[in-house]
Amino acid sequence: MSLKIVVLAKQVPDTRNVGPDAMTPEGTVNRSALPAIFNPEDLNALEQALRLKDQNPGTTVIVLTMGPGRAAEIIREAMYRGADGGYLLTDRAFAGADTLATSYALATAIKHVQPDVDLIIGGRQAIDGDTAQVGPQVAEKLGLNQITYSEEILSCKDGKIVVKRHIDGGVETVESPLPCVITVNGSAAPCRPRNSKLVMKFKRAKAPMELVPETTFADLPYADLYEKRPYLKLGQLNCADVNADLQQCGLAGSPTKVKTVQNIVFKAKESKVLTGSDEDVNGLIQELLASHTIG
Amino acid sequence: MANYYNDIKEIKFELENSPLMERIVELKERSFEDKDQYDEAPQDFADAMDSYDKVLDIVGDITANVIAPNAEDVDAEGPHLEKGRVTYASKTYENLDNMIKAGMNGLTMPRRYGGLNLPVTVYTAANEIVSAGDAGFENIWSLQDCIETLFCFGNEEQRQKYIPRVCKGETMSMDLTEPDAGSDLQSVMLKASYDEDNKCWRLNGSKRFITNGDSDIHLVLARSEAGTRDGRGLSMFIYDKRDGGVDVRRIENKLGIHGSPTCELVYKNAKCELCGDRKLGLIKYVMSLMNGARLGIAAQSVGLSQAAYNEAVAYARDRKQFGKAIIEFPAVAEMISNIKARLDAGRALLYQTARYVDIYKALEDISRDRKLTPEERAELKKYSRLADAFTPLAKGMNSEYANQNGYDCIQIHGGSGFMLEYACQRIYRDARITSIYEGTTQLQTVAAIRYVTNGFYSTVIEDFEQQDVASEYKEFQVRIKEMTQKYNACVASVKEASDQDFHDICARHLYEMAADVIMCHLLLQNATKAPELFVKSLQVYLNYAEAEVGKHGTWINRMSISQLDNYRQS
Repeated sequence: MSLKIVVLAKQVPDTRNVGPDAMTPEGTVNRSALPAIFNPEDLNALEQALRLKDQNPGTTVIVLTMGPGRAAEIIREAMYRGADGGYLLTDRAFAGADTLATSYALATAIKHVQPDVDLIIGGRQAIDGDTAQVGPQVAEKLGLNQITYSEEILSCKDGKIVVKRHIDGGVETVESPLPCVITVNGSAAPCRPRNSKLVMKFKRAKAPMELVPETTFADLPYADLYEKRPYLKLGQLNCADVNADLQQCGLAGSPTKVKTVQNIVFKAKESKVLTGSDEDVNGLIQELLASHTIG
Repeated sequence: MANYYNDIKEIKFELENSPLMERIVELKERSFEDKDQYDEAPQDFADAMDSYDKVLDIVGDITANVIAPNAEDVDAEGPHLEKGRVTYASKTYENLDNMIKAGMNGLTMPRRYGGLNLPVTVYTAANEIVSAGDAGFENIWSLQDCIETLFCFGNEEQRQKYIPRVCKGETMSMDLTEPDAGSDLQSVMLKASYDEDNKCWRLNGSKRFITNGDSDIHLVLARSEAGTRDGRGLSMFIYDKRDGGVDVRRIENKLGIHGSPTCELVYKNAKCELCGDRKLGLIKYVMSLMNGARLGIAAQSVGLSQAAYNEAVAYARDRKQFGKAIIEFPAVAEMISNIKARLDAGRALLYQTARYVDIYKALEDISRDRKLTPEERAELKKYSRLADAFTPLAKGMNSEYANQNGYDCIQIHGGSGFMLEYACQRIYRDARITSIYEGTTQLQTVAAIRYVTNGFYSTVIEDFEQQDVASEYKEFQVRIKEMTQKYNACVASVKEASDQDFHDICARHLYEMAADVIMCHLLLQNATKAPELFVKSLQVYLNYAEAEVGKHGTWINRMSISQLDNYRQS
């Protein structure tokens, strides 16, 4: 059974390898000091999609990413690993989007590029925002089932998908009819490496946004290749292309407002020694509940 | 993220900074005839170099993030044998799976068979990189270059049958050694006989010390001419594991390269195919196979030296004694500097050799399709000879350096180095085989010595002396010339003695002197182009090489025919 799969992927600052200049004095992420990478759990998601493609001839895997021109790198990285192509969703009107506006933009774009999609797969969450909200919100906006915290797609046939989920204290196997949205956990199989032939084939692929302003593909080195090989021109969509409602995009569509940002300072003032007795453990639980540290 | 290619600028320098590279790419790509036929083929020289860089970036990534982190577990677990079949250490499969998915097989094979058509020089870099992560795994993976021999000497049907399979990730082995035929391969006794009923060849007998002996496709040296006893009765065969008939009797328990299964094989009427012509197995095909394999071991050795350097520096920076990091003590710093100097010098020799191999192999390949022009024939002859002369130097010197560097790396770790917790002990153990297999250093000397006595190395050195160097480095050039004079004087005195035993006992000394001088020149050329990378190593290596050349010169001057008896042990 051939499938139409859309992978949602995001370019994020590499918050796992932070140096001393990773934060600005104002407490926001200093994006210029951190390399931009493929969000790690989106790579796990891509791998699940590529495995379905391996097993189901004729399957297409399309990557959808929202961001500025440089985010097209995510599409290339996915194509180096076996994705068929992708779209860069880019527009000034998308800037400043919170998770609600982001999921609106993505859902609208999916309806446009793959109206008869079978599966939408994304990472559980991005390492910059850590919200885990975008996948589920996309599912809601499209009116689809969702399977979160997925670890492995066990089977996908006859219009049904069976997925192993990672839950507290174990795993759960669930089944859903297609189409549906799946978010993949970091504990799933790591993504396959870039393939040398695909890298050589797609290394010059570009989205229009990446071109120097006022230039065209005809001004690039090896310009004739862009004519001969259409796959080298990556898909690009703006607000108007996907008929998005401007009121639901970007800052306008984002109810989340950041009021203040505070730096966390770890300071232990005093310490307490507890034994492993039930009494001490219960006491600690009560204390932590009272201080709203847990619960 | 760590990357074993991008993190080591010297590798990229070696790839990009030779005037020979443009010629190599032109020949290998046959003036870019694939550019419209294959989407992945380069459009021109710059495009090819960019693609090589990107391929090696993937190799460096997989090595840093999969192969190197798995190395300790692979070393501890090793392969298993059950019912005549080998199972690799579990993480070896993870390594292989990554390399296959990345398309890192059949790297040098033409695109029409599914390969990447990379020059040997680029493949050599990949080898070096993987080896720095895990030399034992590199052993299995790099046996893919046996396919070069099948490509050169097999018929078109065999090429079409086997090369695409190797490009998809099937593994190879070269079945040469037997219990009574190690260095002396003329004594191979594995019997090949023609089965008239089934119109095929059959193999019967056994082989020993076969690296990756349960591979998918074997190249086998066997005696096809009944009644013969020397190399002229041997032919080369292809055994396909899918046909069955070869079992693994035992996996050796080794000092190092634990990830790589070393097997004893039993051939029970195993069906096989003749590769090339009868009787040319040893004298033509195995020699070709061995030259490729020797370059591979030279690359493996350089990778190990790089790993030894990395571990030594990391530990010496971290370890504090007497209130400071031990890297600050001159005695430790000297050891580390010498490791780096031998690494840079050996690497320069490795890539120079690889480039020579590339040119002659590419021309040889072209000659199978069309007649070469007289200029091309002269070029083929020139580079074929250079490759033949440089391969034993690159293999012998780098393998000895890998051993020395592994030894010094442990020394820098002190008592901790003797414990099995640190990677240095694995590097030290893995390095030990490099100066033994694919021809011991003593046999590399045998292969090289004719180029000492016929003056070929001296001619090459004279050519190197003509190359431009930075004006501030002229004094270094003078020092190298002084070493060359010592070398030439020693060669003359040994030749003058006209005694075979005397000649043989001096051979290793002369071999090393020639190699030392050549490496000094190569480093001088590198430092002229990229002083920031090489000027320290150049000067450290010059001091080191001068001491070595002096030592060998003194030994040869002291040595005399009358002393030969002192060296005869019974």
